[in-house]
Amino acid sequence: MSLIAGKAYTFGNNIDTDQIYPGRYLELTEPEEIARHVMEGADSSFPERYQAGGIIVGGTNFGCGSSREHAVIALKTAGVKALIAESFARIFFRNCINLGLPLVICPEITQHVEEGDKLEVNLETGTVNNTSKDRKIQGEELSEFVLNFIKAGGVKPYYKEKNL
Amino acid sequence: MHALEKILLHHSNKESIAQGDIITCEVDIAEINDLYLQVIKSFYEMGGKKVKNPDKVAFVLDHYAPAPTIQSADIQKKMRNFAREQDIQYFFDINKGVCHQVMPEEGIVWPGMLLVATDSHTTTHGAFGAFGTGVGATDLAVILLEGELWFRVPEIIRINITGELGKGLMAKDVILNIIGELKQDVAVYKAIEYAGSTVEALDMAGRMVLCNMAVEMGAKTSYIQPDKKTLNFIDKKTDRSYRVFETDPGFNYSQEFDFDVSGLAPQVAVPHSIDSVKSIEELQENIPVDQVLIGTCTGGRIEDIKIAAEILENKTVSPDCRLIITPASTRVLKEAMDKGYMEALIDAGAAFNTPGCGACLGAHQGVLAPGEICLTTGSRNFPGRMGSNKAEVYSVSPATGAASALTGKLTDPRQYI
Repeated sequence: MSLIAGKAYTFGNNIDTDQIYPGRYLELTEPEEIARHVMEGADSSFPERYQAGGIIVGGTNFGCGSSREHAVIALKTAGVKALIAESFARIFFRNCINLGLPLVICPEITQHVEEGDKLEVNLETGTVNNTSKDRKIQGEELSEFVLNFIKAGGVKPYYKEKNL
Repeated sequence: MHALEKILLHHSNKESIAQGDIITCEVDIAEINDLYLQVIKSFYEMGGKKVKNPDKVAFVLDHYAPAPTIQSADIQKKMRNFAREQDIQYFFDINKGVCHQVMPEEGIVWPGMLLVATDSHTTTHGAFGAFGTGVGATDLAVILLEGELWFRVPEIIRINITGELGKGLMAKDVILNIIGELKQDVAVYKAIEYAGSTVEALDMAGRMVLCNMAVEMGAKTSYIQPDKKTLNFIDKKTDRSYRVFETDPGFNYSQEFDFDVSGLAPQVAVPHSIDSVKSIEELQENIPVDQVLIGTCTGGRIEDIKIAAEILENKTVSPDCRLIITPASTRVLKEAMDKGYMEALIDAGAAFNTPGCGACLGAHQGVLAPGEICLTTGSRNFPGRMGSNKAEVYSVSPATGAASALTGKLTDPRQYI
């Protein structure tokens, strides 16, 4: 769980949730249907060309805009293994924690990663290893509070057990 | 301590808090809109049976008002059933309007409260001295289960605004100017307080616009210290007792910015980013406009419809342009009717929609075709926000929207006021 490997798909700054999951699909409620439109607003060819197991790399303020949890459901259900961005918007960050989508804040990541590079992410230390370029990039360590929820697959298992 | 920190402390079981702390707070009102059936799904997925505090929960059906598709109709049906089964206290159906307008109108926003909603623009309620913040569906479901949620105590930025606004200038121009300068990630995970003589002079509608769009700079919440104007508004809406928190002198803000808005020209956020802001005077080229939307939680209040009616009274909307008006609430719609604004606008050629979020999120009531250009009084112009991602959306004030509908191209409203 704490070491995640995958191919990089790169995006720019301020990727908003309309780009991750366009508003016209908000009425969908089934995760598999939602996942069919992942990142479609940013790149209409993405749902076609994306191969499950990839890692999405973004610039600053990734996930800004609307609070729609569909954005994280789409990424997670499509098989995105981790997100790395220079910074994340607040509600999106919370949604990732809640649904257990691993993420790393890495302030210089876009300078060190190109589309298709092979990455290894260490969630515990916040380190990203770009094995295609033989380069290690140090991101921020997640707080224990956040890491525990991500490792547990989000908050749902915790509350489910509590409410048994 | 800052007033916002005092609000968080008051809602926690801690004796003191510091910036960066993660604390659990009891939520006064949790609000859910009709995009978020996932709230109910997550509630049951987490083993939920009974909502802990049904008297502290509100549903507002505003994004699909009324339902444009079978799928959205089904979401609303499930929400009505859930609210009935769980004895939810507040249920505002498709006949009420946008949640951020309906909640204060209905008297369920008050100073010092903690309001959490499944909508990023919940920062709006800082205009009333409330701690309002947006969350996703699963966070909201946790509140339904527990009555409380975790929060990180944020750093706070202060924005001082001074100077008198010129004629035809509105709060929307002020906030676009600020976002254009400070950019959309200046306040990620922080709070924004607005202060200064310009803020004091604004009416509640204008203050709501400033606070609403704090989230467009990444802010978690927003705040304007309540004054007589605020309390007059609140006391007319609710007889609930409340406490106004105040910031201690010498509070250490993480950043402070000063803006002087005297002489400010109308502001325009150009495609496709809300922080790509230009003064209308810089946009010399002819920008033809296919559609103008006057409405949403930043441009559909009575003050906005009034200025549109004043600009368009006894005139005709350009034949090359559609003018769509979506009042923020049914109360606003009724007032626009009573005051004759609706008649003036219909006579000028405007189309009126059911109050709600309307075309702002590209779901219905005025979706854009590829290649079309739209001016919106809404808060966002992301690619594809209002329909085709080959459409272009400019965010403007209601005055600029109305003047542009008249000419069929982006137009400085000052010549019509």
